[in-house]
Amino acid sequence: MKHVIIGAGPSGVIAAETLRKLDSTSSVIMVGDESEEPYSRMALPYYLTNKIEESGTYLRKDADHYSDKKIDVIRDRVSKIDTKAKSLKLDNHSAIDYDKLLIATGSHPVSPPIDGMELPGIHSCWTLEDGRNIIKRAKPGANVVLMGAGFIGCIILEALALRKVNLTVIEMDDRMVPRMMDQNAGNLIRGWCQNKGVNVLTSTRVDAIEKANGGALKVRLNNGDALDADLVISATGVAANIQFLAGSGLKTDFGVLVNDRLQSNMPDIYAAGDVCQGKDFSTGQYTVQAIQPTAADHGRIAAMNMTGKNMLHQGCVNMNVLDTMGLISSSYGLWMGVDGGESVKRCDNDRYRYLSLQFEDDILIGAQSLGLTQHVGVLHGLIRTKLKLGKWKDNLLKDPTRIMEAYLGTTQAIGHNAGII
Amino acid sequence: MLRSLQIEPEKCTGCLQCEMACSYQAEGVFNPSKSRIKIFAFHHEGRFVPYTCTQCTEAWCMHACPVEAIVINQVTGAKEVVEDICVGCKVCTIACPFGTVNYNQDTAVVQKCDLCGGDPECAKACPTQAITYVASEQGGINRMRAHAAENLPQDNA
Ligand SMILES: Cc1cc2nc3c(=O)[nH]c(=O)nc-3n(C[C@H](O)[C@H](O)[C@H](O)COP(=O)(O)OP(=O)(O)OC[C@H]3O[C@@H](n4cnc5c(N)ncnc54)[C@H](O)[C@@H]3O)c2cc1C
Repeated sequence: MKHVIIGAGPSGVIAAETLRKLDSTSSVIMVGDESEEPYSRMALPYYLTNKIEESGTYLRKDADHYSDKKIDVIRDRVSKIDTKAKSLKLDNHSAIDYDKLLIATGSHPVSPPIDGMELPGIHSCWTLEDGRNIIKRAKPGANVVLMGAGFIGCIILEALALRKVNLTVIEMDDRMVPRMMDQNAGNLIRGWCQNKGVNVLTSTRVDAIEKANGGALKVRLNNGDALDADLVISATGVAANIQFLAGSGLKTDFGVLVNDRLQSNMPDIYAAGDVCQGKDFSTGQYTVQAIQPTAADHGRIAAMNMTGKNMLHQGCVNMNVLDTMGLISSSYGLWMGVDGGESVKRCDNDRYRYLSLQFEDDILIGAQSLGLTQHVGVLHGLIRTKLKLGKWKDNLLKDPTRIMEAYLGTTQAIGHNAGII
Repeated sequence: MLRSLQIEPEKCTGCLQCEMACSYQAEGVFNPSKSRIKIFAFHHEGRFVPYTCTQCTEAWCMHACPVEAIVINQVTGAKEVVEDICVGCKVCTIACPFGTVNYNQDTAVVQKCDLCGGDPECAKACPTQAITYVASEQGGINRMRAHAAENLPQDNA
């Protein structure tokens, strides 16, 4: 059996390792088009702050990891898939046949339709190469404009601030991280960042970027203002890497369409990670989540199915954790709530603390937190287990901070469960 | 022989000796907020529940880590954080459905129970044997794991 994986990010690497673990004899080939050792995009912010070197971003630290596991890593781009002949075409014109194929090609940053985006000094923060370019320009005191305060933008924000640049953040929406947090939390994050010296402009758009004197840039805003910039970073969204699948017969929408075994419309082809429109645990809908834990889950489950195991995917809980200059926020599942559900909020805006829980009946279905670092994972656990909280739901409606007690109280031999009272 | 922490909440008096011992071993300070084991109080019922990582086989934290900073100790079976490699991204803290990996803002890395390399201080410090370190198969750890994992839908057919 010949397993081929396209893409050497976390999803591809975990799939390759899982395939090898389950099947010691088949050949496992992973084709990735980046020149570095397989690395983690998530680690880029820490590379920007010098917390780690380039090698610190590598997914696996042992140089012989892939050869030891007999995983062939090919550094090239797949330009085309011939699903009839079950064969891939590489940029160097050679071909690779497959029995089972995994598409784990991730996503790419989408450039906003703005005049001047092609000028030097404008970068995404998506690859190690982007990271190197940003480091060159983001010197202490440099004027840096960050376009987009979504999740990825906000993660880079902290790294840029730590590089002591003069930072302005432009966000079209009315708040920061609009797809992760509500108005209250988004505004608290903005207030926090502004107190720390970052200029955050929400409900503002970049209209154009122009060349200024001495290699600098001029960023024109829709409010009539113009900002000088030595570096502009674009973090305005991503899209799945599915272009090369055009004409292959594979069905795609926002990503590769799969069933609950992560199998595409072609039985021998699977998809995983940012490129995969997989099942969302909370809604049951198929969406592109584009987060690390989902990429890891997908890689593992797709690989199991490729070896003939029949693994049904329950769906991934959409969740994020973010650190904006020391203010830690997280969100899970249906954090915005559902019709007919119940919710509770606890705000302490002066101390930048916030916790909001969303319920359907007595089950937690979503949550947001600000300023909480202890036991946050249990929010994920309660959502994923659909634990019936019973009387603990009423306790939580009175005091949402008692999430750990609610979890323990419903799963351990305490009180009612112990049969004592 | 693999051993694990056996926790019997009914024996716990809430004295917090385990938290003190843990924080001292792990961070060099007597500070319950730095402890990897935590006592939760249920005052109405007059009950206390010690709670820490069960070193679960699913190892959600380890699989979610983007930089291989959580590894299995081959001797103890514990999932350990390699502090030099951890970048502090916190993804493991939300991935762990038991809430037993926590971010430490002072050290800028995450922390979790590592069984003290095979000689857990919490168990030694517990005056009532609410926490003991026992052969895995004998332990209530399996009971506790079962409890904890009972409701976790397995990705399975
Ligand atoms: C700065 C930054 C911070 C992030 N922080 C977080 C975070 O805190 N939490 C979180 O959950 N997520 C975070 N993410 C998102 C996370 O990194 C992605 O969800 C994850 O990388 C997805 O993994 P993947 O394997 O699906 O795709 P990728 O990591 O994108 O890997 C896909 C690989 O396939 C290659 N490829 C594409 N097309 C081809 C082709 N035709 N032929 C060969 N190779 C190809 C790509 O070049 C790439 O190397 C962050 C991302 C960035 C950029």
